[in-house]
Amino acid sequence: MAKRLNNLLATVLQWLYVSWRKLWHAIRHLSGDDAYERYLAHHSACHPDTAPLSRNEYFLHLQEQKWSGIKRCC
Amino acid sequence: MNNKIFSTTIWIAVALLGATALGGIALSRGESINALWFIAAALCVHAIAYRFYAAWIAARVLVIDPTRATPAERLNNGRDYIPTNSWIVFGHHFAAIAGPGPLVGPTLAAQFGYLPGTLWILIGAVLGGCVQDMVTLFYSTRRNGRSLGQMARDELGAIGGIAALIATLLIMIILIAVLGLVVVNAMKHSPWATSTVAATIPIAMIVGLYMRNIRPGRVLEGSLLGVVLLLLAVAGGGWLDHQPGLRELFDHPGLTLAWAVIAYGFAAAILPVWLLLAPRDYLSTFIKLGTVILLALAIVWLQPSVKMPALTQFIDGSGPIFGGKLFPFVFITIACGAISGFHSLIASGTTPKLLSNERDIRMIGYGGMLLESLVAIMAMIAATVLDPGVFFAINSPAGVVGKEAAAAVAKISSWGFPVTVEQMSLLAQQMGETTLFARTGGAPSLAVGMASIFGSAFGQGMLALWYHFAIMFEAIFILTTLDAGTRVGRFMLQDMLGNIWHPLGRTSWYPSVLLTSGLVVAAWGYFLYIGVIDPNGGVNILWPLFGISNQILAAIALCVATGILVKSGKLKHAWITGLPLTWLVIITSTAAWEKITSPDVRIGFLAAANDLAGKLASGALPPEKAAVAPTLIFNQRLDAVLTLIFVSMLWLIVLDMLRICARHLRGKPVPPLSEAPHHVTQLEEAWQRD
Repeated sequence: MAKRLNNLLATVLQWLYVSWRKLWHAIRHLSGDDAYERYLAHHSACHPDTAPLSRNEYFLHLQEQKWSGIKRCC
Repeated sequence: MNNKIFSTTIWIAVALLGATALGGIALSRGESINALWFIAAALCVHAIAYRFYAAWIAARVLVIDPTRATPAERLNNGRDYIPTNSWIVFGHHFAAIAGPGPLVGPTLAAQFGYLPGTLWILIGAVLGGCVQDMVTLFYSTRRNGRSLGQMARDELGAIGGIAALIATLLIMIILIAVLGLVVVNAMKHSPWATSTVAATIPIAMIVGLYMRNIRPGRVLEGSLLGVVLLLLAVAGGGWLDHQPGLRELFDHPGLTLAWAVIAYGFAAAILPVWLLLAPRDYLSTFIKLGTVILLALAIVWLQPSVKMPALTQFIDGSGPIFGGKLFPFVFITIACGAISGFHSLIASGTTPKLLSNERDIRMIGYGGMLLESLVAIMAMIAATVLDPGVFFAINSPAGVVGKEAAAAVAKISSWGFPVTVEQMSLLAQQMGETTLFARTGGAPSLAVGMASIFGSAFGQGMLALWYHFAIMFEAIFILTTLDAGTRVGRFMLQDMLGNIWHPLGRTSWYPSVLLTSGLVVAAWGYFLYIGVIDPNGGVNILWPLFGISNQILAAIALCVATGILVKSGKLKHAWITGLPLTWLVIITSTAAWEKITSPDVRIGFLAAANDLAGKLASGALPPEKAAVAPTLIFNQRLDAVLTLIFVSMLWLIVLDMLRICARHLRGKPVPPLSEAPHHVTQLEEAWQRD
């Protein structure tokens, strides 16, 4: 009985943990918090022979690019 | 089989609930009505439209192809073309399209009663706005994410391209001016509001420095810091309001504040984006999402009563907030929330470069606009839960109801909307303001409505805090639109001037940056200045002008879409965009005609100019009015010319589109379809749902 309860608890905790990871992942993705990590992944996959931008340079570049077009509406 | 019966039953139930809610809203007379009916009607109408109409358009008209590789996949460069999870794209798209427009328009249109605006928001969105957004998104996706202007040029010819470009620049200028006016009116002689809005500037800069230097790229940490500081600024403004030496520093008339907004706009346009614009946008997005969710929860939980009648006598055109009959002016006043041409600029260019699969187009294009329509319905609720007398006292300009409180309440009460000076003083005191009379522009009345909804949900003691939170909430993303709009206007101007003299087109050459930013700021600053000195409140002039220009941009987008539909051999389905297009042509042409030729001085620009000129010539004006009269007369005539330009451009592009369609149908050569070739997608299903 105690073992089954333990298993159930573990499953629930596992589920909560996974859901939270998914949510956190989505929030970071949506806000652009993980943009640099995604850039590094893309860079190492597509241009492995060149050095990637530093975090600071990449962020500056991203902002400049984002705000050079129509990004906000009425 | 069982499943099918089950789903049919569910949809019949949704349809019945929607019909009951709509019927209740439409037929209720004389008693107050629960706001929950509005939400129920909206959700049911949206659900049915999304499930059936949008699905039908996607499958049968556009023929969406999930096996086709999107530009994000084919041109993936890790920067602007990136295949992205559909919900993330939805979030970005919605954050981009939903600005202050759907909050202000319904508030102003509530002068006709709750019914016309509500019906237009629902019907306009499902048959017009959502279709425009989805179809534009689809066609731009099929064209490697080309912008509306480029698509107009490719598919219709040079005329369409130029018209789209000019319309975009003009609408941007009018939009910024009218939004600036909304903020100025909310801050006028209110140290609390002014100091809070002023504090958003250094707060944005602190967040900018944090994300740039201290912890580069840590968007969530920086935003959290900023949101905490903003909330402190709202509370701090209340403290400052009670400090005799300090409060005078932030107590200013409209004109001073207008100059401050103009100076701010220029500074924001030339400062680096990471310092002000980008961090402000993060903050405004978080505050906006949080507040909209909070408002939705509060409405569902409290179920406030809508006190405004279904229709008011002002449908005859005599309304105090803006002049003009129900037809066509309700359709002009509510652009965002029903159909907004500006969205077509987001749906082409930005969003298509992120789509990982065409099947997401229905959810993002059609669904995104449905959500904005729901925001507009909530704004309508927040405006109409106020006592109608209070609503009109806040929103009627002094030029219409009189400067003195006693005169204003007497006039408003004589319309059948009883209100007293005591009631207004008590309300102003509760909201932490000296007066709420003649706070035109929609933001203050929306803030009072939101504060009273939040106040009854989370405690009446904090009404003043909620009011100023709501003002800050509106101001922060109005100022973001102002920054971003000025910058976009600058780029467009540099692009045009670069054709005349090459160095002016270089976006990083400082003299050109200063010159073009100055020109754009001067253009909207002029309209803002006039709006502030106009005794009738400026909103009466600027908002209809904004509505007309926004609807004309929508008409251009629908022209492009209709042209493509006909050219792709889908004539029998061309009505999906042709129908809303026809309606927009009718309402914008009628509104423009009335704004130019109406003999009523509150509607017709020329009539108002001539009336004022006559009074000035006969010496009937008091000296302070006579001093600004020549400027106002010039402005009214300029507005008439501007309206004429807008409507001429509309007809030019509509006729051009019809010419192209007629040529195509008669088998004559037309510009070919510019669709990118078909490639089979290589993306795995599991990959996108990471």
